[in-house]
Amino acid sequence: MSATRAMILVVARELRLSFRRPDQLLQPLVFFLIVTTLFPLGLNLQLSLLKDMAPGVLWTAALLSSLLSLESLFKGDADDGTLEQLVLSGHSLTVIVIAKTAAHWLLSGAALVLASPLVAIALGIPVAAFGTMFASLVLGTMTLSWLGSIGAALTVGLKRGNVLLSLIVLPLAMPMLIFGAGATDRAISGMSPAGALYFLGSLCLFTCTLAPFAASAALRITLE
Amino acid sequence: MWTWFYRLASPPFVYRTAGTLTPWFMAAAAVAIGYGTIAGLLFAPPDYQQGDAFRIIYVHAPSAWLSLFAYTTLAVAGAIGLIWRIKMGHAVSAATAPIGASFTLAALLTGSLWGRPMWGTYWAWDPRLTSELILLFLYVGVMSLRAAFDDPGRGDRAAALLGIVGVVNVPIIHYSVVWWNSLHQGATVAKIGKPAMPGSMLWPLLAMFLGFMCFYGAVLCMRLRGEVLNRERQSAWVREAIQS
Repeated sequence: MSATRAMILVVARELRLSFRRPDQLLQPLVFFLIVTTLFPLGLNLQLSLLKDMAPGVLWTAALLSSLLSLESLFKGDADDGTLEQLVLSGHSLTVIVIAKTAAHWLLSGAALVLASPLVAIALGIPVAAFGTMFASLVLGTMTLSWLGSIGAALTVGLKRGNVLLSLIVLPLAMPMLIFGAGATDRAISGMSPAGALYFLGSLCLFTCTLAPFAASAALRITLE
Repeated sequence: MWTWFYRLASPPFVYRTAGTLTPWFMAAAAVAIGYGTIAGLLFAPPDYQQGDAFRIIYVHAPSAWLSLFAYTTLAVAGAIGLIWRIKMGHAVSAATAPIGASFTLAALLTGSLWGRPMWGTYWAWDPRLTSELILLFLYVGVMSLRAAFDDPGRGDRAAALLGIVGVVNVPIIHYSVVWWNSLHQGATVAKIGKPAMPGSMLWPLLAMFLGFMCFYGAVLCMRLRGEVLNRERQSAWVREAIQS
């Protein structure tokens, strides 16, 4: 079986498993909505002021809700022994990590991007900035999935790994927050967001090429 | 030529060498920090803009430098442990993490104390302060990850990997924070550039750098000895070393 075929099978399996449990798919999205509701309530802002904070709020909520689903990236498979079988399958572990992370992004990041217009309208982000928001969220959540795969692989064997996972991944994710919110901010105020988007794109490519190797090395450490 | 490298992998050798080096580092640190403190606080002229408040640089800048230096040490020692499976690499990495975190904290505290008279606020979202804060989070992450594993060997390797990932990310984080600040047109912060310093200011600063490095070396050796003893507590030479 070729590596591509193995990847497709792993992705298909992940998608099938999570569509059988749609509540797990929806919970991070509901969390995303709830967190964005907290900010206007807590800050007691008028809509005009809210617009200035909107990119930051949107991005912070997106980061936090993607973190929620990260823990399950390897955990379920590690607990029932599937992960060991995948390691022993003869395929490169890196390939499997890539497939699992890509599936994870489809289920968390892409879903978040699809849900983002709801939040954006509620926060008063103009429709003209939606294109930039989509692009930045796609690139940013993808980068977060790659970075998160390292964190998830490092904490997979731990009992209380969830808080530790956030502690590890969030500092590494700060550049995405800066550029993602920056791009959206610029689009809202009518400036060109190209610079920030390029940065996000390069971060995404950078993590996509290196993170799978780090994550598979981490899995080998925690699983052995 | 590799024999010295292999000898570094031997715990008794590391334990003894660290013990021999500690007093030398301590003495050098005492001399350099003593000179730097006296010359910096008493003899260096006050800054024409900042007055006497600039003198906090003599603690702040070396702490900030060592916070980065210790993180690099952590990552390099961890990588040595991971690649060549040298346990002493992990011991150095584990010993250096709390020291580096303390220097990071010292740099943050002195920075905020310096910020109060200069910028009028204890905390400004200055790029350097912010990336220093993120560095502190990275330290905490590495230390917590090492502590979270029941099996120390696995914790060591996991922490080493995270250290390497962090060291790749530190420049990215730093430059993105700089970029973010320029985006928000750093309204409050008059960036403290590197003005050309007269020698009477510069020499004490260099002495402080040297002194802090030696102090770091001394503390690292002391912590490393404890770390080695703890890790090798089952072996015979530890029993001999403690009884003698």
